[in-house]
Amino acid sequence: MHREPDIVVIGGGLMGACVAWGLARRNLRVCVLDEGDIALRASRANFALIWVQGKGLGFPAYAAWTKTAAADWPRFAADLESDTGIDVGLDQPGGFTLCLSDRELQASVDALEQLREQSGALAHPYEVLDHAQTKMRLPAIGPDVTGAIYCPLDGHVNSLRLFRALHAALLSRGVDYRAEHAVDTVEPRDGVFIVKGTWGEIRAPKVVLAAGLGNAGLAPMVGLDAPMKASRGQIVVTEKASRFLRYPIVTLRQTDEGGVMIGDSEEANGASLAVDHAISSVMADRAIRMFPLLADLNVVRTWSAFRVMTLDGYPIYDQSQAYPGAFIAMAHSGVTLASRHATILADAIAAGTIPEEVSAFATRRFHVSACA
Amino acid sequence: MTSAHAHRDVKDLAESYDVIVIGAGPAGLSAATTVSTFGAQTLLVDENQTPGGQIYRSILLAQAADRRRLGGDYWRGREIAEAFTRSGVHYAPATTAWSIGPQHDEQGQVIGHEVGVSANGTARLIRAKQVVLATGALERPFPIPGWTLPGVMTAGAAQIALKSSGLIPEGRVVIAGTGPLLYLLAAQLIDAGADVSAVLDTTPKENWLKALRHVPAFLVSPYVAKGLRLLRKVHRRTKVVRWVSALSAEGAGMLKEIVWIADGQEHRMTADLLLLHQGVVPNINFSNAIGCKHAWDEMQLAFRPWIDDWYETSVAGIAIAGDGAGIRGADAAALQGSLAGLGCAGRLGLIGSDDRDRHAAPLKAQLAEVTRGRNFLDTLYQPSRSFRIPQNPDTIVCRCEEVSAGKVRESVRAGAIGPNQMKVFLRSGMGPCQGRFCGLTVTELIADERNVSPEKIGYYRLRFPIKPLKLRELASLPQSDSAKIAVLADLADTHHSKSQ
Amino acid sequence: MFRRAPDRIRDQFTFTFDGMPITASTGDSVAAALLAAGIRACRTTPVSGAPRGPYCMMGVCFECLVRIDGVGNRQGCLIPVREGMKVETQKGSHVLTVEQGS
Repeated sequence: MHREPDIVVIGGGLMGACVAWGLARRNLRVCVLDEGDIALRASRANFALIWVQGKGLGFPAYAAWTKTAAADWPRFAADLESDTGIDVGLDQPGGFTLCLSDRELQASVDALEQLREQSGALAHPYEVLDHAQTKMRLPAIGPDVTGAIYCPLDGHVNSLRLFRALHAALLSRGVDYRAEHAVDTVEPRDGVFIVKGTWGEIRAPKVVLAAGLGNAGLAPMVGLDAPMKASRGQIVVTEKASRFLRYPIVTLRQTDEGGVMIGDSEEANGASLAVDHAISSVMADRAIRMFPLLADLNVVRTWSAFRVMTLDGYPIYDQSQAYPGAFIAMAHSGVTLASRHATILADAIAAGTIPEEVSAFATRRFHVSACA
Repeated sequence: MTSAHAHRDVKDLAESYDVIVIGAGPAGLSAATTVSTFGAQTLLVDENQTPGGQIYRSILLAQAADRRRLGGDYWRGREIAEAFTRSGVHYAPATTAWSIGPQHDEQGQVIGHEVGVSANGTARLIRAKQVVLATGALERPFPIPGWTLPGVMTAGAAQIALKSSGLIPEGRVVIAGTGPLLYLLAAQLIDAGADVSAVLDTTPKENWLKALRHVPAFLVSPYVAKGLRLLRKVHRRTKVVRWVSALSAEGAGMLKEIVWIADGQEHRMTADLLLLHQGVVPNINFSNAIGCKHAWDEMQLAFRPWIDDWYETSVAGIAIAGDGAGIRGADAAALQGSLAGLGCAGRLGLIGSDDRDRHAAPLKAQLAEVTRGRNFLDTLYQPSRSFRIPQNPDTIVCRCEEVSAGKVRESVRAGAIGPNQMKVFLRSGMGPCQGRFCGLTVTELIADERNVSPEKIGYYRLRFPIKPLKLRELASLPQSDSAKIAVLADLADTHHSKSQ
Repeated sequence: MFRRAPDRIRDQFTFTFDGMPITASTGDSVAAALLAAGIRACRTTPVSGAPRGPYCMMGVCFECLVRIDGVGNRQGCLIPVREGMKVETQKGSHVLTVEQGS
């Protein structure tokens, strides 16, 4: 009873769902192939920040892409709500980086100054605050906070509701969503792509690889590549607490349901997901020094996850030269960039041509000089 | 050999042990006592104040009056607890074990386990070559409308209150559900002087038919005489309503009334206390979070960890004995604990395999003896579908996040095909109880909605800490240089950790 | 809804629940002492505000959460009640106040 789809999206995480929803809104017949209940889902483990601050040093196109993504989030959230009735809890009051030593603060300030030099008038605004100025805005901070950076463009959402809303949106737009359809191979043949798994096969004239870490294996099958590096992050989550913090801190946020999320570590580990208590300890210790009132909160979960991290850390969006119609889309910042992925990226895939704004993220940057 | 002594403070515990046993019920006590007799440095960690677990709770504090109230089966725990007290096992009561992770050597090889423990606001990581989980069972979820109202409790809760504080239910007390413990509790409460207004038996009629083929084994089992005596007593002393097919608790913010359907008729009764029970299921939070392999038990309708002949799980060095490995009851748990202790002693090289097997043979024979008749009980008291898979869409399934059965079904249709996707959709299982009172229900609801087996649906993937831990406790754990680099990269040296 | 067997009334002492003095016996957990005093609800949920009371008494359901001596969300069934303890209803989620941390 299923007609052949116009396009198959491989991956049902934030990237795949955003692209699929965007395509479906352009009246394309979309089929999403997703894995099952247990999978390496970066989308289930994210920190839910919409974050602009400090991003794009050495890559001006990424700084601009991120900034417009954040600016466009209210419209994205409103569109999602009108399709699904689900409020994803978007709040963009600006965000802080809290520093626990003068050197930490100086390192942040240096990076932001470089970014301003690089991007000029397009650079994002920010303020450097000392302890007293920070305390005025965040009364709960402890004496160890030496200062902060504040950027008014930052925000956060409820990432669980975002995930649910995207699924509901796929349903409402008639997307053929298939769970437990892990993809083993993609074969280009006579202008169509045959996508296969243990479940069988499906064909479509276009295919989008949005399989996160799985893209590394799938990309070469359609003449693309997805150079990645191992990146593991760990998160600590507390029980629900009364509201004490509206603003997102880059390493700490309170969800609209009350739980406090504490992140974010990074290790070059692609092998083990066993939680390292030593890392949790450092994160917990810093969180308490930032906000001493958190000390008696109960921790209810810790977890680690692999980030979808490309070799240089920036997104990859590309179309295969050898097999036009095959696209790849992957990014670490699946929440921040969601508003772009559902619109400009989906448009580009629908049109079959990658516009100027997106072309900087092609994989050729990994094959030319290292200046990208 | 020194005698066991309580370490109130986790600071007094050694850095490492040969064996850490978690849980001081019959399985844990026996495992610890057994392995320590072969010279293993052993630590037993338990959440309660005194040994005994739930079944033998407060057994060492019990007096003659408690013995009269609770009966000879309870008193049997005394011998097990006393043997433990005489052993050389280090004992950490009132201590929560909250994580178990692999301990690596410098080459990255797993050489043992690291157990996270916490007491009185202090957390530590203690190493062990072998770990025995004896974390027992918990009440099977009993999701009926109104089961979250104050005044509705598990039958096990009433038994614990009776054992540990001598509390006797009074007023209009109703006991409802199915399973051997239901009548045991009713009899105990009646003996203790409680006014039990009614026992509502939800055992489905068809179970009697199914259980028939297991009757011969049951008739020669130790359960028979005991079971019949209990049934007679309860029938004589209170009203027993059979074939109850639907049940709910009503009241505005507090239990007021119980409504049930029996033989097609609706009945109501005002009540002060409703005690629910439909069997117990293995508490798999630890084994699940560790990553042990589990299988769905079609008879007991629950997941249980895979174990070998010596109760070792699919993760080397982690054993599970007692009801946590599948429900077999207290007598079996004690024997399993001893066998698991022998297994540990063998793996530690403290005992040869011939000796181990020689010690094990009589225990295995007794185990076969005490578990005879279990199939009859499991079949007869298998809770009916309608009490496991709520039919009313408004029935709360996840008590912590207040998620209803209807929402779960709706979400399956919206793409949440398993319990872990369900967490993302609804937050079910993400509250403080970490799925202990909704996990099986959510699995069975999804299985029902998708028309596949619970085995295929699987269970929540659980995370450490499996019991809450204060953020300050987490912050007090050792911090390595590599951990600081993972959080702060090249600023790691600016991080001055407190030297507590 | 519960009364105590006379032989289990031992070394009685007093603690308070929401300011109200309550008599407990040595060996009681906080939750058991509340039940013995006829208190059924000891918290309201963070999600809907519904009242809840002790359910499992063995540390797994987290329904008996109370505030003890100013610290929120403690499991009443696992903590021995002590003379003079200040136990309060846990209203919704863990309450954070800036003063608490400074």
